[in-house]
Amino acid sequence: MPGQSVGVVQSQRAHFDQALPLRSGGILPAYDLVYETYGTLNAAKSNAILVCHALSGHHHVAGHYADAPNNIGWWDNIIGPGRPLDTERFFIVGVNNLGGCHGSTGPSTINPATGKPWGADFPIVAVSDWVEAQARLADLLGIDSWAAVVGGSLGGMQALRWTISQPERVRNAAIIASAPKLTAQNIAFNDVARQAILTDPDFHGGHYYEHNTRPVRGLRLARMLGHITYLSDDQMGEKFGRELRNGSFSFDYDVEFEVESYLRYQGDKFAGYFDANTYLLMTKALDYFDPARLDGGDLTKALGRSHPDTGFLIASFTTDWRFSPARSREIVAALLANKRRVSYAEIDLNFGHDSFLMEDAQYHGIVDAFLRNVKP
Amino acid sequence: MTHTLGRPDFDVITAWIEPGHRVLDLGCGDGALLKHLLETRGIQGVGVDFEPANVLAALRNGVNVIQGNLENGLTDFADQAFDHVVLSRTLQTVRHTEGILREMLRVGREAVVSFPNFAYWKNLRSVLDGRMPVSEDLPYQWYDSPNVRFFTLLDFEALCGKMGLTVRERRVLDEQGQPVESEDERELNFLGSLAVFRLSHTA
Repeated sequence: MPGQSVGVVQSQRAHFDQALPLRSGGILPAYDLVYETYGTLNAAKSNAILVCHALSGHHHVAGHYADAPNNIGWWDNIIGPGRPLDTERFFIVGVNNLGGCHGSTGPSTINPATGKPWGADFPIVAVSDWVEAQARLADLLGIDSWAAVVGGSLGGMQALRWTISQPERVRNAAIIASAPKLTAQNIAFNDVARQAILTDPDFHGGHYYEHNTRPVRGLRLARMLGHITYLSDDQMGEKFGRELRNGSFSFDYDVEFEVESYLRYQGDKFAGYFDANTYLLMTKALDYFDPARLDGGDLTKALGRSHPDTGFLIASFTTDWRFSPARSREIVAALLANKRRVSYAEIDLNFGHDSFLMEDAQYHGIVDAFLRNVKP
Repeated sequence: MTHTLGRPDFDVITAWIEPGHRVLDLGCGDGALLKHLLETRGIQGVGVDFEPANVLAALRNGVNVIQGNLENGLTDFADQAFDHVVLSRTLQTVRHTEGILREMLRVGREAVVSFPNFAYWKNLRSVLDGRMPVSEDLPYQWYDSPNVRFFTLLDFEALCGKMGLTVRERRVLDEQGQPVESEDERELNFLGSLAVFRLSHTA
């Protein structure tokens, strides 16, 4: 791996007293955001890059904690000295979004009004709400404009939303494995995942914390389903094929095929630490995302609100069928129609939607080349 | 005489492009032409290339590039979005010849096309000697050539006529990149190794 990891990192917490009006009509009177930063903010405060996280991500993007060396950030392979998001040049900011379950205010944190966890009372948050909250964090850090906003999947949607909602504050945007809105098929997958959680007897209408339980079965199923859609058929075939754990059929319903073992393990692991209410919120934010909606579905008109000087990198992966290259090209076409500076790379990687988290010379080379031309 | 980046057709193309123009370069390679136009003409440019290594190289050159296959047309681009659409030494590698020419003039006001002339005398001599030509402008062996269409200057003019395209300007160059001129079209076809055309729809 070229370059180095950022090494030991610490997370920070910021409290915001200014109420945040939400897209859903609700309001958050006050909230906390947890975040991490890597590298050094320059004197002009012009070298900051915001990394937006996807469905199950968080603010711990790179490096590891001094007391937990194995807890490595989810995008560690792209961030650090000499890596594409080069901490020798840039000041990288990762933030846990509102509604998350890694420290920022969300369903599992205490609602000051009741003294109990928010649970199902936590308002539904939209991508535009996250952008507003992230902008307030930028204010706090003294960052007038980001050198770049970068994200994959749902994170890419945030980067796209930034360029429309806060055009003056985004000098470049890298939107990876993303889409201008979900397809019916995508929403359908999300709904099956939600149904798994909502129909779990331990869900208790979202107030499971008070019952000292968690809808682990539902969350596990939701993750197993999601995980299948993040991988490619070829990759699953190569990785598991029809391999049997014990070499022969057992003619029962226990774990038999290797792929079953893998999925159950992934489901159990995820259900062990992730919050089901957060999962519900994140999938709704995905479903609602449609920045062209207020422009009658005209994405070209919506992206006309972006700043004429903003530079765009759009990247997709050939085997990603959840956020296919065709969806990225819709963004590209709308940007070209607005005469924006845009580059598009369609990267041949075998890991389906999860490709955006992988290390690959072409992929990382593209991101590196794009950011080399970004003036800090 | 030295040529821009060793590409005599780049000099011809550069001279046809005015400052501030919007230029689309199809098969842009490492983006060298667009970078040159950016630096010398202050154009707004976009390249298209299919090869991952070229997309990466173009980005490294600070050129905006769209990864895509010319055989699929230019569906990402709106009508008349560019002043010039350039296809340098690439037409012979595209199967849908008429399709790409039509698409170029849909998305651009003018098309600029350069291509190796198969009827260049050295190429003809090579064929007469029994071997497929390998030259400065046709640098591949027959078995590893990306070229799928072999045509001459006169062939291309005939196609333009058939498609109703106007040839606004034409430059014919020899293997050293020196301009070749002649009143006799057949002689030009014989002496020219590389042809550069500036096309538009008939007004």
